[in-house]
Amino acid sequence: MEGRGRIFTEVDPDLLRHYFRGKPKKMVSKLTTVKEAVSSLINDGDYIAVGGFGGVRIPTAVLHEIVRQGKKNLGFSGHTATHDCQILAAGKCFNRCDIAYVIGLEARGIPKMTRKYFESGEVECTEWTNAAMTWRLKAAAMGVSFIPVRDMLGSDTAIYSGAKEITCPFTGKKYLAVPALFPDVAIIHVHEADIYGNSEIKGILVSDVELARASKRVIITCERLVPTEAFRNNPQKTTIPYYLVDAVMEVPYGSYPGNMPYEYYSDEEHLAEWLQAEEDPETYRAFLEKFIYGTQDFNEYLELCGGLKKMQVLRRLELLIDREGGN
Amino acid sequence: MDYNPMELMICVASRYLEDGATVSVGTGIPCAAAMLAQRLHSPNLIILFEAGGIAPLLPTMPISVGDSRTMYKAIYTASMGEVMESLQRGMIDYCFLGGAQIDQYGNLNSTMIGEDYYHPKVRFPGSGGANDFGSLAWKTIVVTPQSPRRFVPKVDFITTPGFLDGPGARERAGLPPGTGPYKVITNLAVLGYEEDSKRMMVESVHPGFTLDDVKKNTGFELIVKEIKTTLPPTEEELKVLREEVDPLKLVIGREAK
Repeated sequence: MEGRGRIFTEVDPDLLRHYFRGKPKKMVSKLTTVKEAVSSLINDGDYIAVGGFGGVRIPTAVLHEIVRQGKKNLGFSGHTATHDCQILAAGKCFNRCDIAYVIGLEARGIPKMTRKYFESGEVECTEWTNAAMTWRLKAAAMGVSFIPVRDMLGSDTAIYSGAKEITCPFTGKKYLAVPALFPDVAIIHVHEADIYGNSEIKGILVSDVELARASKRVIITCERLVPTEAFRNNPQKTTIPYYLVDAVMEVPYGSYPGNMPYEYYSDEEHLAEWLQAEEDPETYRAFLEKFIYGTQDFNEYLELCGGLKKMQVLRRLELLIDREGGN
Repeated sequence: MDYNPMELMICVASRYLEDGATVSVGTGIPCAAAMLAQRLHSPNLIILFEAGGIAPLLPTMPISVGDSRTMYKAIYTASMGEVMESLQRGMIDYCFLGGAQIDQYGNLNSTMIGEDYYHPKVRFPGSGGANDFGSLAWKTIVVTPQSPRRFVPKVDFITTPGFLDGPGARERAGLPPGTGPYKVITNLAVLGYEEDSKRMMVESVHPGFTLDDVKKNTGFELIVKEIKTTLPPTEEELKVLREEVDPLKLVIGREAK
């Protein structure tokens, strides 16, 4: 069995070894702005991957900026991509996609215009699964060109993937070899980071440790900048070390309207409004004009959505402050 | 006892989760069933979420399988790799899945409707973790409303393997032996699989419905042997479900469609 799906990225680990060898590893400040990071580190045609889990711990500010700057022909890792996929689809920013989970917003529903984009033929798709995608990143993080896995066998998902069947040299068992995924750019939102890029993620990691290691360039947005001593004094805090990171920016409430574990809950009202706006093309155009194209930056978006007052409501929700019986 | 179809499906599903088992769940019915089981008869049930939340004490229903509720007072906030590798290692007993289409062998479609993959009539989100769990969990439980549109002779796309085309097919494909479809819980009945043929079989019909109702809502021939009546939700199950598991009626207030 050989999957029919196209593999969108370079798989040869030796090419990547040269890239990673040349990556600057000096501990220098990587502080920049969202605008600058997007214009200098993301090129039309690049393959990008977004950290977090669709509507949880997502780098919203960077995603909006990609749309505002009109980036085109990107490859996109649809690895449980929900609201992140929705934002990039709104700008028609990508034209090829590795799909584990796209379009839908989990229990919230399926946005119409985002679905239309995938049904239109404008996006070349290759099918995978969540495990396959995390393992593809893992293979890349290991510096090898594939990893053997036991899922997908026998399914149409495998047929439309880019996987190939192999036989284990030790046991004779069948495996699928899934190719390493080396994204051009990873964009990850974290809880705390220093100016060099040392980063801490609290709670579930999803696939972000593998993603940071696998990617050629890594853009970090953080809730808070902290001094490097915070990491030096407690190296266990380091989820992603600085030498993997290319750009750092402080974006408070940066996962909004997504959830940021231990900080603020998702804004379900705004997400529902977005979902509703997609029902009608005209309404959606106006919606995007108001919230993305018509705003200068993420702060303006936050203000439009209720500003600090709204954020305080979402913090109370997250921390279960008002829950009966306490938190 | 008055109850709605969602409540019935959740209560019935929860009974399959014994104490000390591991179960991976998504949002909605599966999560409610696992929470109910944990509160009633399986305090040591380990609930896993594919995004990385392991053994949380769920305070409320999560909206996303990666949101902060899935890590509330958890034993471990891990990664997707950790959950999926535990699954591949054989550590996950039960998984709950759904889909737009299911066939008599329990194959599931959550990818697309249409004849041609490249020109779908309707595109769905795709596998997510469904294929992983359906491939590698020991027992797959599907909870879904039943209709001829959903229970079809042949799924348009096998997103997640059931028994594929019959006995031995999973093993021939290379999937780990002893894994696969276990139960299908619908708004009308509990269905299982016949040991020899691996085809879907009626196990019990819910109170208020007939075997004919079940057949009429299935687009393929069901195996029928001994038919029981499903034990309806008990007073205790409903009380805990309504008061502790889903007081805001996020799941039980939905229509079963």
